[in-house]
Amino acid sequence: MDTIFALASARGKSGVAVIRISGPRAHVVARAMAGNLPPLREAGLRMLRDGVGERLDSALVLCFAQGASFTGEDVTELMVHGSLATVTAIEHCLAQDHALRLAQPGEFTRRALDNGMMDLTQVEALSDLLEAETESQRRQALRVLDGAIGKVVAEWRAHLVKAAALVETAIDFVEEDVGNFDDMILQELRAVQAGLQSEMAGQRARERVQTGFEVALIGPVNAGKSSLLNALAGREAAITSDIAGTTRDVLEVRMDVGGYAVTFLDTAGLRDAPEQVEAIGIARGKARAAQADLRIILQPANDISDLPELGANDILVRSKADLGPVSQGAISAVTGQGLDWLLDEIIARLSALTARDGVTVRQRHAQSMQQAEAGLTDAIDKICQGDYIAELVAADIRTAMTALDSLIGVVDVEDVLGDIFSNFCIGK
Amino acid sequence: MKQYDVIVVGGGHAGVEAALAAGRMGAATALVTFRKDDLGVMSCNPAFGGLGKGHLVREIDALDGAMGRASDYAAIQYRLLNRSKGPAVQGPRVQADRARYRAAIQKIVANAPLVDVVEAEVTALAITGDTVRGVQINGEVMLHARAVVLTTGTFLGGKVFIGDKSFPAGRMGNAASTILAQQLRGMGLPMGRLKTGTPPRLRRGSIDWESLEQQPGDDIPEYMSFLTDRTIAPQVSCAITHTNSQTHDIVRANLDRSAMYGGHIEGVGPRYCPSIEDKISRFADKDSHQVFLEPEGLDDDIVYPNGISTSLPAEVQEAYVRTIRGLERAEITQPGYAIEYDYIDPRALDLSLQLMALKGFFLAGQINGTTGYEEAGAQGLVAGLNAARHAAGEEPVRFSRSDSYIGVMIDDLTARGVTEPYRMFTSRAEYRLSLRADNADQRLTPLGIAWGCVGPQRRHVFQSKLEALLSAKALLQSQTFTPAQLQAAGHRVSEDGTRRNGLELLGLSGFGFDVLETLHAPFADISDEIKDQLTKEMVYAAYLRRQESQIAALRSDEARAIPSELDYSQISGLSRELATKLSMARPKTMAQAARIDGMTPAALVLLLARLQKQEKRARA
Repeated sequence: MDTIFALASARGKSGVAVIRISGPRAHVVARAMAGNLPPLREAGLRMLRDGVGERLDSALVLCFAQGASFTGEDVTELMVHGSLATVTAIEHCLAQDHALRLAQPGEFTRRALDNGMMDLTQVEALSDLLEAETESQRRQALRVLDGAIGKVVAEWRAHLVKAAALVETAIDFVEEDVGNFDDMILQELRAVQAGLQSEMAGQRARERVQTGFEVALIGPVNAGKSSLLNALAGREAAITSDIAGTTRDVLEVRMDVGGYAVTFLDTAGLRDAPEQVEAIGIARGKARAAQADLRIILQPANDISDLPELGANDILVRSKADLGPVSQGAISAVTGQGLDWLLDEIIARLSALTARDGVTVRQRHAQSMQQAEAGLTDAIDKICQGDYIAELVAADIRTAMTALDSLIGVVDVEDVLGDIFSNFCIGK
Repeated sequence: MKQYDVIVVGGGHAGVEAALAAGRMGAATALVTFRKDDLGVMSCNPAFGGLGKGHLVREIDALDGAMGRASDYAAIQYRLLNRSKGPAVQGPRVQADRARYRAAIQKIVANAPLVDVVEAEVTALAITGDTVRGVQINGEVMLHARAVVLTTGTFLGGKVFIGDKSFPAGRMGNAASTILAQQLRGMGLPMGRLKTGTPPRLRRGSIDWESLEQQPGDDIPEYMSFLTDRTIAPQVSCAITHTNSQTHDIVRANLDRSAMYGGHIEGVGPRYCPSIEDKISRFADKDSHQVFLEPEGLDDDIVYPNGISTSLPAEVQEAYVRTIRGLERAEITQPGYAIEYDYIDPRALDLSLQLMALKGFFLAGQINGTTGYEEAGAQGLVAGLNAARHAAGEEPVRFSRSDSYIGVMIDDLTARGVTEPYRMFTSRAEYRLSLRADNADQRLTPLGIAWGCVGPQRRHVFQSKLEALLSAKALLQSQTFTPAQLQAAGHRVSEDGTRRNGLELLGLSGFGFDVLETLHAPFADISDEIKDQLTKEMVYAAYLRRQESQIAALRSDEARAIPSELDYSQISGLSRELATKLSMARPKTMAQAARIDGMTPAALVLLLARLQKQEKRARA
C-alpha cells in the first residue's frame, strides 16, 4: 500500500500552505522530519528537517489515526509557510522516501470512498462544496456531505427488503400456510414510491441550486429587457440601444441573487414580421424562456395593450416606469425604481421552489430514482391487478433495489467514479 | 493393494451420486460404505423435491444422476408446489416409499460397470505432502486412488440428543466414525458445529385416519426425471392435522427438558425448519401449526409427522403427540431426536469442491454445512465429476450462478460459508426466471454430454426433444401477423404496426396455443409437451431479455479466477480493511469478490488490474 502526499491548499504564494500525507508511512515520515509528533488530533509546532538535518521550515503538525481520518488511513497534515520554495523543498524531502509518492488527482477522496469513510453521494457533495460559489450551494452540499442521501436510501431500502422478503415467503414457503401478504407488500412499496415521488418533485430545484437557476427576461421589442439586465448586473453586459431588435440571440449573465446562483437570460424581443436572422433569434429566445425556471415578463408602463396571461413561474413587471403612470410592479432601469422589489420577488420565488424537503441533487440521482420508481410502479400495478406472477413482482423489486444501490454507489458505478474523480483537483 | 481412480467414502445421497458420476465419466471407482444395504437410505423425511430442491433433482437428472429416476420409481404421491405461480418457482415434489427408493438406488449402483461397492470402515486417509493418495480401510488394507471424495454426512463428532440423554452416533442405529474424524481434526481445517432435528415416528395403524383431512396428489403428475413418462408405483394420500393449545401447553411446560432449550446443544439449527419447541416459543401468538402425516411407504407401517421435530424426552413427545387430532392413540415407534455434528467450513473448498489444502480430496454433502438429500446429491455429483476429471489430469468443470441452482449453491457455500444448515430456496437464485425445473435439461444436458457423464439413453431422449423444440420454434416464427390481422380476429393487441411471429405472440398475455391455433391451423400439430415447454419459456421473455447483459457480465466475472495464493496486502491502492476482508474470504473468482460486503468498484478495478498483470507475466 503506497503512502501518498500532496499540497492540499492552492498552489502559489499564501500565508499558510497545507501538505497532506496519507497511508501506512504517514506518521513515520512525519516523525523523521519533525523529531517527534504531537498527540493525535492536536496541533504542535515543530521544526521540520530533511534527511541530513537541514532546516526546512517551522510548521504546525497535525496527525490523525487510521479509521479516524479523512481517508481512513494514518494521516499527517503539515501546515507550513506558503511560499513556493518552502512547499517545493518539503515535497522534495517527502519524495526521497521510496514508499511515498505524489497523489493522483482525487486520490485522497478515492481512498476515503474505498475505506468506507464516505459514500458516493458524499464524494459528489464534497466536490460540490469545493465548487460552491453561493450560500445556498454551500448549505445544500454540506447537507449531502453529512450523508443525507445515504440515510434516505437506507430507509427506502429497508422497506424494499421487507417487501421482497414477503414476496419470497409466499414463493418459497407456500407449504407453511403463511397467508396473504398483499396488503403489507403494497404498504411497503407505496411508502417508497411516495418517498421517491416527493423526492423527485424537488430534485430539479435542488439540481438548479448547484447548476444555477435560469430566469428569462421576455417581452415585446424595445420593452427594456436589456436595460433591466444591465441595471440588475450593474454593468453593461448586454448591448442596449433604443433601436428595436438590438438583442439578436440569447445573452446570459450569471449572478448571485440572495445566495442563489442565477443566470439571467436576455432574449430577443418579440415582434411580428421580423427580418430572417432576427426571427431565428426570437425562436431561440422563446425556446430558452420556456425552459427557464422563472420568466420575467416586461410590458412598458406606457403600453396600454392587454396584460399577458401569467403562468405560475412568471413575474409581470411594468418597465420604463419613468415614462408612464406608476402602477404595481413598476420598475425603471433609469431611476432604479422597483429593482429591489424585483430582486426580492425573485428570491421569494426561488426559495419557494427549493422549499420542498429533499436531499437528492444531481441528474444522476434523478435517473436512479426514476428507474427505481418505474420498478415499483410495475410491481404495484401487478399486485393491484390481482392474481399476479409473484416472481415477476420480485424481479421488479430487485430492479428498484439495484437502482437505489447505484445511487449511493454500491454497484456498477465505475463510470460515475471516473467522472467524479476526474473533476477533482490534486490534494483535495 | 488395489488401485482406483476415485474412491468415494460414504454411501448416502452425496456418496451415491459421486460414485455414479465418477463411474459415468469412465473412472474406476470404489464406493466405501459401512453397510451395502444402507445405500439409498432416507434418514430424514420420506420426500424428494420441493421449491429449489425440486430444481436440484432435475439438474442432477439432467446430468444423468440417479436421484430423479429413483424417486420416480419410489413416488407414491406427486405434487407440484406453487402450481398457481409461474413456472420458474414451481417445484416438483414426491412422497417416496423408502423400500422402493433403496431398491432403485441399489439396482442403479449394481448396474454401474465401473463402480465397486466396498463394505468397510475407512480408518485413515493416505496423504503424501499436500496430495491425497487413497484410504486405509478397517485399520489395515490400503486402497489407492488419485482422488478421494468424502461424503460422510453427520459422522464428524455426531451426537444424538433425546431430552437430557445424549450419545455419539452418525444417525440413529449407526456408529459414528471416530478415527477418521480425529485425523481430519488434526489437519487444522476450519470447522463449526450445526444441529438438525427429526420428529417422532408413528405407527400407521395407530392413527385415526378417518377423522383427518386428506391431501391427495396431483391429477396430472409432474415427474422428477426427464426420462420418466408414466407413474410407476400406486399412489396414496397424505393427511393433514394441526397442533392445538393443549399441545403447546405441554411443550411449553417441558421446554427446560428439551436438549435444544436445556442448553445441551451448542450447534446452530436451521431457521426454516424449526423444532416444535422453536415454533411455540418464537411464534407464541400462533395457537396452531400444521402437521403433515407422510406415509414412509406403501407397505410400511411407519408414518413421518412432518412439522413436529423435537428433542424433548420420549415421554413428553408421547404426551404432546396424543393431544393432536387423529393422533389420540398414536404409538411412537422411534422418538424424535436432535443431532449435532461438526462441519468443515466450505470456504476452504474451491469451486470444484476440492479442499484447497489437499490436492485430490473432495468434500460433498452435510460435511459442507448443507442439509437435505437434494443438496447432498447435487454436491456429490459435482465432486464425483471433478474427482474423475482430477484423476484423469483434466481441468475441473464449473457451474455458474447463471446456469444452475447447483452453481448458486456451490458459489454460496464456497464464497460465504454457512451460519445455519444450508438449504436451497428459489430466492437464492437471482436468475431464477431462467433457471427453471422445466428447462434443467436444456441448461445442463448439453454440458453433461460434452463432459462425458451422460449416457446414450438420455442423450437420445434429449436430442429428440431439442429437435422437436427447434422445429416447433421455426414453425411459430415462420408465420407473422399484423396488429390489424389480429384485431380483425378479435384479439387485443397494441396498434404499433409491428408484425409479430407466433413465438412472439406466445409471450403476450391472451395468446396461448388455443388462440394461436385459430390463427394458423398447423400450429396444432406441435406436441403437447413441446407446447407446454414453449409457453413456459415465453412467460418471462421480456424479463429474460433485460437480464441478458447482467448474466453476460456475471459470466465474464466468473470466468476470471483469482489464484488462492494471491497476497492482497501487496495490491497497491487497496485499503487495508478491504485487503483484510479479501484475505479472509479468499474469493475464487472476480464474481465472488464483487459480492463481498463493503466491496467497492474502485477496489475491484485494482484487483482486476493485478490479475491482468499476473496473467501477462505468466504468458511472457
